[in-house]
Amino acid sequence: MTQHAPPMSASPADAASPSADSARTVVFSNVSKFYGEVLGVNGVNLTVGPGITSLVGPNGSGKTTLMNLMTGLVRPSRGRISVLGMTTDEPEQLFRQVGYCAQFDSFPRGVTARGFVTGFLEVHGFRREEADRLAGAALERVGMLAVADRKVASFSKGMRQRVRLAQAIAHQPTLLVFDEPLNGLDPMARAESIALFRALAAEGLFLIISSHILHEADMMSDRVVLLNQGYVVAEGSVQGVRAAMDDQPMQILVRCDRPAALAARIFAQELAVEARLLTLPNGDPALLVRARDADRFYLRLNSIVAEGDIALYAVAPADDDLQAVYQYLIGGQGGTA
Amino acid sequence: MMANHWPLWRRQIAAIVRLEVRKSLFHRRALILYLLALAPVLLVALLANIHPTLVRTSAVLDATGHYVRERTVVQRHGPLQDPAVAPLVFADLYNAMILRSVVFFGCVWIFMNLFRAELVDRSLHFYFLAAVRREVLVAGKFIAGLVTALTLFSMSTAGALFFYYQARGYDAAMRDIWDGHGMAQVFTYLGMTWLGCLGYGALFLTMGLFFRNPIVPALVVYGWEWLNFLLPPVLKKISIIHYLTSLSRVPLPEGGAAIVAVPTPAYISIPGLVVMTGVLLYLASRRIRSMEINYGGEA
Repeated sequence: MTQHAPPMSASPADAASPSADSARTVVFSNVSKFYGEVLGVNGVNLTVGPGITSLVGPNGSGKTTLMNLMTGLVRPSRGRISVLGMTTDEPEQLFRQVGYCAQFDSFPRGVTARGFVTGFLEVHGFRREEADRLAGAALERVGMLAVADRKVASFSKGMRQRVRLAQAIAHQPTLLVFDEPLNGLDPMARAESIALFRALAAEGLFLIISSHILHEADMMSDRVVLLNQGYVVAEGSVQGVRAAMDDQPMQILVRCDRPAALAARIFAQELAVEARLLTLPNGDPALLVRARDADRFYLRLNSIVAEGDIALYAVAPADDDLQAVYQYLIGGQGGTA
Repeated sequence: MMANHWPLWRRQIAAIVRLEVRKSLFHRRALILYLLALAPVLLVALLANIHPTLVRTSAVLDATGHYVRERTVVQRHGPLQDPAVAPLVFADLYNAMILRSVVFFGCVWIFMNLFRAELVDRSLHFYFLAAVRREVLVAGKFIAGLVTALTLFSMSTAGALFFYYQARGYDAAMRDIWDGHGMAQVFTYLGMTWLGCLGYGALFLTMGLFFRNPIVPALVVYGWEWLNFLLPPVLKKISIIHYLTSLSRVPLPEGGAAIVAVPTPAYISIPGLVVMTGVLLYLASRRIRSMEINYGGEA
């Protein structure tokens, strides 16, 4: 078996630690899951806190396995999982606080959207009137109230996805786990769903979302967990993970009036390993710098600007987005984004 | 502490029963169950109403012994019309047709599908994602299966009994039911059907959780139950059919090659079946407690 390096962590506090408040976190402690001889995930140490956390990785990287593990649908072959201070062996406790929108696109036959969510809430133990009220509220929240009494079988994939979202949030859980929730949604519904996720996170809920769509994951996540071949390869904020990648110099785009002169100064002070003169689409000149130590580069850039002979218009990191991080960490190993 | 959970569990079980009964009684898949339940009713109705007739002609004489006229009596002469053999014929029919076929295969269909069909349809996870104890889920599903089986097969048994009594005509039937042993017989047959649903239901629900393809073990059980008459008395007791047939008020013919065993008394048969049901449901609960959702592979 290939030896994998420990995952890149944006901050040491993010890593699993005994001091973490387990009642407010999801903690994986050395968790492995094997399906027979097939690896699901291996040696996962992870702590997930409030806000939106995205699990990102190519197909087969272990995203769904991690989600199924934290919701007790599968059991770890090794290691321990604590979800908001509970074990995953007691669904009757766990699912009072957890809602899971799984990827399985199947429903009981002949069921309507309202009947499905109401039935689910009644199995939770809610009384009929309360279940009706909560189901209505959840369907309204995902924009399905108008078609709530239609049969799910007549819905498009995106509509079915939203019914499953309603089922996951209907009992007002604290932790929401969404497996590829944007799959099958049209652009408008995707934007609405992302807005819903942000609103739920703003209400103090935990959201753990898996996604293939990097820019959407980047846009909605407070932190990401990058997975590849069953291993966590990085975790933390996208910018934090990017900054921790010492072997990949940071790309910084500098807009100024004299990029060539700036490049010369930068090289003279050994601030960059590479600098490229560019012309931006609007015709402005710019300099793309690859710096090993971004903090030192920014500090020295201030000094250069202070000398007054180069007019600086804008400075922005060019590769601290999820796409770049993903490409550096996984792309070279055949991952698909 | 435990007692506090009962109202919640009752609500959850009721919700599961409502969902499951709707699926098992009012779904297209239920058609096969309706046909199965109807089969013995139709058979007994045919035997009761389509039968050979015996035409007897006799002379009517007056008080002085003189011939007055001829009297023709048409008598129904089928197996269910003869009061001497009808109970035996019906017992045989009930045993072979209702108990060993309708109740057995009906329970296979109903109870094995409670979990297995949800795995095939990839919808079991919806129950697993609810805040419900898995033991409560087993109880809810079992009760739902029982409601379905009892409804259908009680009607099947009652329908067959209706035509059994109808075969002998209204007056004879009423006499037998109210003045004879008819009422006790009706309740014995219904009770055997109910206990059959209970025992086979628990067995097939549990088998549905332990075997990926439970049809093969179900056929093995079917063979074992059919060959029960050939088994030595000790082995006979490791079957459900032995305890059910022990309850029959009419000795059930087992054939010339049968090894005769003393019937188990009702005070052992009935609690025995109930205890067996409890043990099987406990095993099912243990199994489902550790069950994983992996629709692509082993459940």
